[in-house]
Amino acid sequence: MIDLHGFGDQLLQGAVVTLELALSSLFVGLILGLLGASAKLSSVRAFRWIANGYTTIIRGIPELLTVLIIYFGATSVLMAIAGLFGYDEYIEVGAFAAGVTALGLTFGAYATEVFRGALQSIPKGQHEAATALGMGPIRKLYRIILPQVWRIALPGLGNLFLVLLKDTALVSVVGLDDIMRKANIAVSSTKEAFLFYLVAAFMYLALTIISMVFVSFMEKRASRGLTRG
Amino acid sequence: MDFSVVIEYFPRLLEGAWVSLQLVMISIILGGIFALPIALARISPIGWIRAIPFAYIFFFRGTPLLVQIFLVYYGASQFDAVRESFLWPVLKEPFWCAIIAFTLNTSAYTAEIFRGAIQAIPHGEVEACKVIGMTKTQMYRRVLLPRAFGIVLPAYGNEIILMLKGSALASTITILDLTGMARTIIARTYTPMEIFIAAGVIYLVISIVIIAIFRQIELRQNRYLGTLSIKVPDKG
Repeated sequence: MIDLHGFGDQLLQGAVVTLELALSSLFVGLILGLLGASAKLSSVRAFRWIANGYTTIIRGIPELLTVLIIYFGATSVLMAIAGLFGYDEYIEVGAFAAGVTALGLTFGAYATEVFRGALQSIPKGQHEAATALGMGPIRKLYRIILPQVWRIALPGLGNLFLVLLKDTALVSVVGLDDIMRKANIAVSSTKEAFLFYLVAAFMYLALTIISMVFVSFMEKRASRGLTRG
Repeated sequence: MDFSVVIEYFPRLLEGAWVSLQLVMISIILGGIFALPIALARISPIGWIRAIPFAYIFFFRGTPLLVQIFLVYYGASQFDAVRESFLWPVLKEPFWCAIIAFTLNTSAYTAEIFRGAIQAIPHGEVEACKVIGMTKTQMYRRVLLPRAFGIVLPAYGNEIILMLKGSALASTITILDLTGMARTIIARTYTPMEIFIAAGVIYLVISIVIIAIFRQIELRQNRYLGTLSIKVPDKG
């Protein structure tokens, strides 16, 4: 049996933090993605510009740099805002909050494109049919558009979640106690780098497999109304 | 925010950007070379030959690049056998460790892209080549490879952009690439926002240039499609 020198529990705790970070970022990212896609398809030019700027910038710079910018930048931005209200104590943004913001922004930028594609792939006739049945815009969105968008976007979002899961490792660079940092700690005290990084790798692999199974279950569920043939 | 510090350290940032570009170019070229046999093995009719590249691709696509870099850079030195071997002069250099990790990583992704392209060519085209009487070499040179190249281009361009962004992780093993250089400058000047934003802009410019280059190659490669959106340059 592999001897983890008692660091097994630590690594499992790290896995919990990794999962929390991934799920929180997913939540933020899905909201940003829906907002971004609506903005890109909006008839207001300013919204389209903002959304295009957002996706271009976030997708063009490394995730590590996004994490670093948010981690170091959020403190100065928050302190500047707090300064306006006459509060001049030191505010520190934690690694977890910075990680959720950075990874949520990243996920959101990619999800924007996925949602935009899904929204555009719904035939105009469906919109017209819903209106003809007397549905208002909100009811149409909830009953007709979103369930289909969800089904079409799910495979793309699933892939993005797998990317997000791996990107969580970057937040260890700013000191979040995730799998990666727990492995670093274990390595620095046992000097068995290969062993612990390999264990970490397999933990990420396990999380990836679990997510894949879950996504394919969701995909089946989302397309249960679809008859083939 | 005071952006004069950016002007002062701009040459240093460009130095870092050059290191990033070297990392990306070397890994992409090596990764591309390794990817072809991996992709061919992946579509082999023999089960166990298919299984090896499948496991390889699954491992490198399912684990974070950061873990892979640490495995190569810190992990390799755990074994005395490695420290005493002829490989040690290479494996103790962070630059070459990054190249090894990036190459392994990108070859897994690229192999999947190649596999998709090879499988996307309709079987009728292969049959048509045979009917016309082409030899196998002619068929690959004139039809299959140019076709696969055209299909592969958009995804391959994306992979290079992903590699460029992944190259920022080289900074975690003391390499002074663009991100590493930015962090070094910040340690001296303590102006994180200004320098990081400047580094971000440089990355953005590099990505935009790569995208533009690939769009040009794509237009050229797929000009036979004759779509209205693709302009054919005038002759003469």
